[in-house]
Amino acid sequence: MTRVLVLVGTKKGTFILKSDAGRRDWSLSGPFCATWPIQHAIGDRATGAIYAAGGDTWFGPAVWKSTDLGETWTHSSEGLAYAEGEEPIKAVWSLAPGDGALYAGVEPAGLFKSTDGGTTWSHVAGLRAHPSRPEWNPGGAGLILHHIVPHPHDPAKLWVGISAAGVFYTEDGGETWEPRNRGTRADYNPEDQRYPEFGQCVHSLALAPGGGERLYQQNHCGMYRSDDGGRQWASIEAGLPSTFGFPSAAHPRDAGTLFLLPLNGDIKGRYMPDAQAAVWRTRDGGGSWTDLRKGLPQEHAYFGVLRQALATDRLEPAGVYFGTSGGALFASADEGESWAPLAQHLPQISSVETLVIEA
Amino acid sequence: MQSEDRSLASQADTMVTVVLPRALLRLFPDAPCEVSVQARTVGEMIAALDARWPGMRDRLQDSTPAVRRHINVFVDGRRAKLETVLEDGLKVYVLTAISGG
Repeated sequence: MTRVLVLVGTKKGTFILKSDAGRRDWSLSGPFCATWPIQHAIGDRATGAIYAAGGDTWFGPAVWKSTDLGETWTHSSEGLAYAEGEEPIKAVWSLAPGDGALYAGVEPAGLFKSTDGGTTWSHVAGLRAHPSRPEWNPGGAGLILHHIVPHPHDPAKLWVGISAAGVFYTEDGGETWEPRNRGTRADYNPEDQRYPEFGQCVHSLALAPGGGERLYQQNHCGMYRSDDGGRQWASIEAGLPSTFGFPSAAHPRDAGTLFLLPLNGDIKGRYMPDAQAAVWRTRDGGGSWTDLRKGLPQEHAYFGVLRQALATDRLEPAGVYFGTSGGALFASADEGESWAPLAQHLPQISSVETLVIEA
Repeated sequence: MQSEDRSLASQADTMVTVVLPRALLRLFPDAPCEVSVQARTVGEMIAALDARWPGMRDRLQDSTPAVRRHINVFVDGRRAKLETVLEDGLKVYVLTAISGG
């Protein structure tokens, strides 16, 4: 039997919603992880393990793990630290499984890797050794490494997104890195410095399915697509209500389909445009966009959606899910055509991910 | 330095009672709210706790290394640092500071 799990990271712990392939009836459980602020909760398809990353004001950063679909949890931060004297890690912001390993992105920005299922961690030191690092500046949420995108079939290759340093790429397993921001704007820079080598405020990165190197990027300053692994980015923001938003989510099978949640603008309050909620979808790689509103609030929608709080599942048709800053979780079982709330009063939602398993 | 070393050596069998905060006990369900450990400094005390409950050090101190900003360790009624020296028979209170949102 197919089970669908929606993993929700919130300001007060992890919540899990479970359903079957029909995705009509859902059960909700939580909060887990001792009600810690959780930035990102994910499921590892290869093992069925659930991981939740965060940082507690009292007790610092850790990665939580459950191997029984959320019934019981352990936590660890062994090795998840910079050298003595450096600014300590505040929180773990992002997780990604890749080639049997688990990656974790942290604040202040850096990358860690675990090869024992999150029990111990080692620093991927090459990233912070990049010569640009002294010039990395924090975005509004801090200097955070918030997206990790392993290459679909080459374990030595990896992209990361850092606010506000931009996209960086390695093809030697993390030893050396290069910025991959060409074509993305930094509107907050002086006019003659709007296209720097690094320093862009990437908000999210999504890898298109199919095994290629097509990437999508929602940036603080625009929406972009790259068909060559980020060497060159091109704007795909024409037709969107705003150039500003946080999350993006790829379709599980169609490289031309992407889901977005544009907000009204960075200096306008950062909520739904005209206070009417809509998910925006392209079917042609960003050439055109359609707003999807059926079942979403069309008045007084003054919520935001954070950078990791939009996800798809891998069923047919694909499910789409997003969580709001106000604690509501919305779901579509038909690729965004119609929506229904799965929960309305959770804590502020940081992340939404899915796990589809046969059990 | 020599006299300081002798002073520490004389406290090699210093035993203190540590009172742990409830929020920490949620993370380490096997740990009691009061525990006796042998330690000459707060840093050693945390190391002794970590030896019994692996991972507890990371929850109480950061990589600076320092006691975490929102954790208070009180020795003799005063907020202590990792290097604060402990005396035999003391009761050390580990508390979660006011924090939240």
